[in-house]
Amino acid sequence: MALEFSAEREREFQEVVARYPDRQAALIPVLYLADREFGFLSPEAMEYVARRLDLPLTRVVNTASFYTMLRKRQTGRFHIQVCVNVACHLRGADGLLRHLERRLGISPGEITPDGLFSLEGVQCLAACGNAPALQVNYEYHEGMTEEAVDRLIDRLRAEAAPKGGEATRE
Amino acid sequence: MSDGGKTPSRGHLLRCGPGEAILDLRLHETMGGFQALRKALAMDPPRVVEEVRKAGIRGRGGAGFPAGVKWGFLPKDDGRPRYLVINADEGEPCTFKDRYFIEQDPFPLLEGILISAWAIQAHRVYIYVRGEFQKGIRTLEKAIADLRRAGYLGRTVAGRPFALDVFVHPGAGAYICGEESALLESLEGKAGRPRNKPPFPASVGLWGCPTIINNVETMACVRLALLHGAEAFLAMGRPGDGGPKVYGLSGQVKRPGLYEGPMGVTLRTLIMDWGGGTLGDRPIKGIIPGGTSTPVLGPEHLDVPMDFDSMKAAGSMLGTAAATVFTDDTCPVGVLLRIARFYAHESCGQCTPCRDGTGWLERIVEAIEHGEGRPGDCERLLSAARMITGNTICALGDAAAFPVISFVNRFRQDFEDHIAAHRCPFGAV
Ligand SMILES: Cc1cc2nc3c(=O)[nH]c(=O)nc-3n(C[C@H](O)[C@H](O)[C@H](O)COP(=O)(O)O)c2cc1C
Ligand code: SF4
Ligand code: FES
Repeated sequence: MALEFSAEREREFQEVVARYPDRQAALIPVLYLADREFGFLSPEAMEYVARRLDLPLTRVVNTASFYTMLRKRQTGRFHIQVCVNVACHLRGADGLLRHLERRLGISPGEITPDGLFSLEGVQCLAACGNAPALQVNYEYHEGMTEEAVDRLIDRLRAEAAPKGGEATRE
Repeated sequence: MSDGGKTPSRGHLLRCGPGEAILDLRLHETMGGFQALRKALAMDPPRVVEEVRKAGIRGRGGAGFPAGVKWGFLPKDDGRPRYLVINADEGEPCTFKDRYFIEQDPFPLLEGILISAWAIQAHRVYIYVRGEFQKGIRTLEKAIADLRRAGYLGRTVAGRPFALDVFVHPGAGAYICGEESALLESLEGKAGRPRNKPPFPASVGLWGCPTIINNVETMACVRLALLHGAEAFLAMGRPGDGGPKVYGLSGQVKRPGLYEGPMGVTLRTLIMDWGGGTLGDRPIKGIIPGGTSTPVLGPEHLDVPMDFDSMKAAGSMLGTAAATVFTDDTCPVGVLLRIARFYAHESCGQCTPCRDGTGWLERIVEAIEHGEGRPGDCERLLSAARMITGNTICALGDAAAFPVISFVNRFRQDFEDHIAAHRCPFGAV
């Protein structure tokens, strides 16, 4: 099936393109829109973006491949990013990451079989004054302890649990 | 309104404590908001530039270049549009001050932007915000919409005819985009690879047009300089290095966080008085004074004032004034390993000395920490680091090399102990 932005995404697309005197400048914001709409940046999604911005596909791929936040592959529904840089390291980040690996049964870079969680060690999140820190889908959780991480995982699982009937994605 | 229920007024730059925020434009107005903007709009733009120059605002992104001097590099009006670009990419490890303005107190930042745009006659401003700051991006976008509704943006600014638009542009997880020319490449939709300089952005910047790039905190300082006047602002700091400053404190201290003081408080004031000293009152082993790229100092430096010139004289750099402290029970090789990994990961790869050199540094430090170091590794580290410095397009190469040189020199015995014992004496695995 050919990819297409939803009506809401299309409105955002128009708004983003209008911010710049140059089409390519809209590329990163539009790649974000595509990431959000299609789950990640598959080759088809990048082709779609190239067409919409009237840019050569190679240019889109060049840009997309440079940036880690533009996802070239699927992540879990809850993408957990634990800071492993100095300030967090000094406040126990390594132990926190190992705890999460054990608790979720995955290593950094992997997704749990149920698709709920993925895990990654990341660089400084600018939360060093309240270390160790992590993000779940780019939302901050700071001053973390193993207990706080356990509560967080339980809460996310509960959030994802089907309420009565079938689980629905998103 | 999510203003945390409190109306804080802690200082000039830090108006909110942890958990507090000023997100209501009217609240900012009642706290003296937009007075500085009105003063600036009543002045000719070149006079505003002069005021900023006299205030001695040194850029708060890390390099400390005087803002007014940079603005003075703009070429005479030649018909090309001018751009103001705000560096809100905050990525230097152990630095967490700009996120405060973006998430908790966006209006002083935005007011500084309006003043600066008027001063340099830029009609378009892009705020390049680190992609991970999703909440901050939403906060800024809402604050900008509020400014527009209140008549501070659009075809007039606070009643003065001056067309001005401010846009938020998201980064996407590449530290190198904090370097100003990489930032411009990224803003143009390309991979963030730094440009050769010259030409400098003030003459050839965004889309080939004259562009001024300044840090978030620099903008907040511009507002204060206009609010209090250049002399008063300058008098709050050190000669030629004016104003109050946001200091960060992290690592093994009792009260980490952000603090405000005049430019030039000593490391002792920050770490021992404000920060309450080290965890367990252990002896300090190392102090990284301004982000991981700044050379590591030791306890004998506690009385060095944190300003650009004093830190340089002490053999380090003020950087982002974000001190990270570690104590005698911490392995310095392990700390350096996190730093070396970071710069190796973030090298954009276009200069061979940086691309290859940062990889070697990481591998050698990793081997030492894991008990696989060989005699002579300290020399190998120093020579690999020296091969990078001064031989690259941008300063990331230096940022990767300086910590290695300073760690090996300061903690030489710890490195040699690792190599001799074939393991980390601090018990790291
Ligand atoms: C590798 C590298 C990363 C940088 N990252 C940042 C950053 O995240 N934020 C920032 O304001 N400046 C950063 N800078 C400094 C900018 O290049 C530039 O000097 C600064 O934005 C200018 O603003 P200022 O004069 O107001 O400080 C970085 C520089 C280098 C070499
Ligand atoms: S010094 Fe490193 S990061 Fe900077 S341009 Fe060269 S390779 Fe890229
Ligand atoms: S080092 Fe972890 S948030 Fe900065």
